[in-house]
Amino acid sequence: MIYREAGQFKTSYGADQAIFPIVQDRVLVTLGILAAFLVPPLVADEYWLQAVLIPLVIYALAALGLNLLTGYAGQVSLGTGGFMAVGAYAAFKVTTAFPGLSILAVFVLAGLMAAAVGLVFGIPSLRIKGFYLAVATLAAQFFLIWLFNKVAWFTNYASSGTITAPPRTVFGVMVTGPLATAPVRYVVALGVLAVFALIAKNLVRGRMGRSWMAIRDRDIAAEIIGVRPLRTKLLAFGVSSFYCGVAGAEYVFLYLGSAETLAFDIGLSFLVLFMVIIGGLGSILGSFLGAAFIVLVPIFLTNVPHTLGLAMGVALQKQIELMVFGALIIFFLIVEPHGLARLWQITKEKLRLWPFPY
Amino acid sequence: MSEVLRGLVAPFADIATNPSFFAEVLIGGVAAGLMYSLVALGFVLIFKASGVFNFAQGVMVLFAALTLVGLMERGVPVAVALGLTVAVMVLLALTIERVVLRPLVNQEHIILFMATIGLNFFLEGFGEMVWGANVKRLDIGIPDTSFKIGSVLVNRLELTAAITAGVLVTVLALFFQKTGIGRALRAVADDHEAALSLGIPLRTIWTVVWSVAGLVALVAGIMWGAKSGVQFSLSLIALKALPVLILGGFTSVPGAIAGGLIIGVCEKIAEVYWGPLVGGAIENWFAYVLALAFLLFRPQGLFGERIIERV
Repeated sequence: MIYREAGQFKTSYGADQAIFPIVQDRVLVTLGILAAFLVPPLVADEYWLQAVLIPLVIYALAALGLNLLTGYAGQVSLGTGGFMAVGAYAAFKVTTAFPGLSILAVFVLAGLMAAAVGLVFGIPSLRIKGFYLAVATLAAQFFLIWLFNKVAWFTNYASSGTITAPPRTVFGVMVTGPLATAPVRYVVALGVLAVFALIAKNLVRGRMGRSWMAIRDRDIAAEIIGVRPLRTKLLAFGVSSFYCGVAGAEYVFLYLGSAETLAFDIGLSFLVLFMVIIGGLGSILGSFLGAAFIVLVPIFLTNVPHTLGLAMGVALQKQIELMVFGALIIFFLIVEPHGLARLWQITKEKLRLWPFPY
Repeated sequence: MSEVLRGLVAPFADIATNPSFFAEVLIGGVAAGLMYSLVALGFVLIFKASGVFNFAQGVMVLFAALTLVGLMERGVPVAVALGLTVAVMVLLALTIERVVLRPLVNQEHIILFMATIGLNFFLEGFGEMVWGANVKRLDIGIPDTSFKIGSVLVNRLELTAAITAGVLVTVLALFFQKTGIGRALRAVADDHEAALSLGIPLRTIWTVVWSVAGLVALVAGIMWGAKSGVQFSLSLIALKALPVLILGGFTSVPGAIAGGLIIGVCEKIAEVYWGPLVGGAIENWFAYVLALAFLLFRPQGLFGERIIERV
């Protein structure tokens, strides 16, 4: 009744090609974005912003990047952590070398650096695919982390081997460093995510995204109709690594404050891959939903026994958390292998007819 | 430039001047390689029969070792504990087939892969909950000491592991080639549908394969556990098995063994002789880069089936 497109006529090509052609969608999304920008900084406390919302937003950006590569172009990558590390270390080097440069420009430069590295490690994708490619990208993961550990130049010869976000301002507001407040960092991270999500949405609707999907669905057929595999695959690796690089820079500058290579280990790569698959391969919305799921479920699981008044040891709780998390992944895959985004799509289709059966 | 060149060449001189040390490095590499092979073998078995890339193999190794140690700590005699652990692994295989694989029949590979990652988490939590998370010693009665053959030091434990791996591979090869169920397994590996139409029960086959993979995991767990204690890091050796698989091919049992040996030996030699040149600890990524370089020239691996396909 409420959610339907009957009576909404499109009279121009622009209206027909809008990202959200239905009025209800537009209203909902606008309200959602406004709420995301305004409500948490005003309402949420320090813990929620720092421990939940900021990592969620940053993970969502990384998941978005990986989704472009794995979901849209069909190239499985386990090197996300490595590419994020490139972004983080590049941002650190650039901002310490040029303190006057705006931190937002630094993020973009860090992304470009990660994109260049991603291009190099994307080359094997021209010969191999599937699991073989996944293992090949593991080489990127382990090699890059080793490199950042071994070469002291990347950390500016810090004896501790960590990189620390220096204080930087945007329009006079402290954004990074120990003095930056959580609400400010949250808004910056969310702003970056919003801009890049919009770019990603338009990328995958356009020529580039369509050629990625063509390669994903049937590479030989794609080649025959004139999609160049070399260019398309490398581009996917480059763009995806750019997103991951920006996310990596934010990970250190807006979330952790200071980090060593341990923060970017293989676990992070898997975490982001989970987000993409749980959320939905080949869906922008799925990246957000997946990130939310992976960040929120452990927090939920941690708090459930507490609220139920069950007393249990930290170790036992951690183990139960692992078990439930694993079981939930299997459960979701069995119930809906195409991810949370598909569930949302089904809900929307049902909503269109509601309250009538058909 | 000449400095670097000398650094690259000098190790060859070291090898030539001190052959018995080189032999020790070589043996160490072979021993490590066999350990990798044991883990890789579990992957290959499951991948061959069901096309599932079982990420949980590493945790299965950990789980098997934990179960064995846990039972022994509770005063169960070794033989009984071994039998019970085997039973647990078979039970695990049955459960996995029923709960995870059967509902996911016909899904894409990446989905099944993800499911095994879920399994990975579950088993990790479950194993630690039942048996505790602290490092345990696994004593199988073979001292971790060395003796000399000529002028070369050989470790008893590594020698035992090598012999065990050899026996295991022979038994598996015989099982695959000579028994009826082995033949059925190979049929399933070749073509699911054709096998089904001949009346081979897929579910039984999957259970058998996962059980065998569980047993291989148990052997690997015993060997690794006896060497470095039963602890969480055991599950990470699964990652080390990946380059082995690439080198040997995902579908080849001899490939897993050969790949493991090659990776183990190359890794050790590179670490000992060329590692210092770039600051050491290259063991972590050397195997992957080796596998990557290998992929560019022979994508199907050493013994893998050649799939003619233009990417």
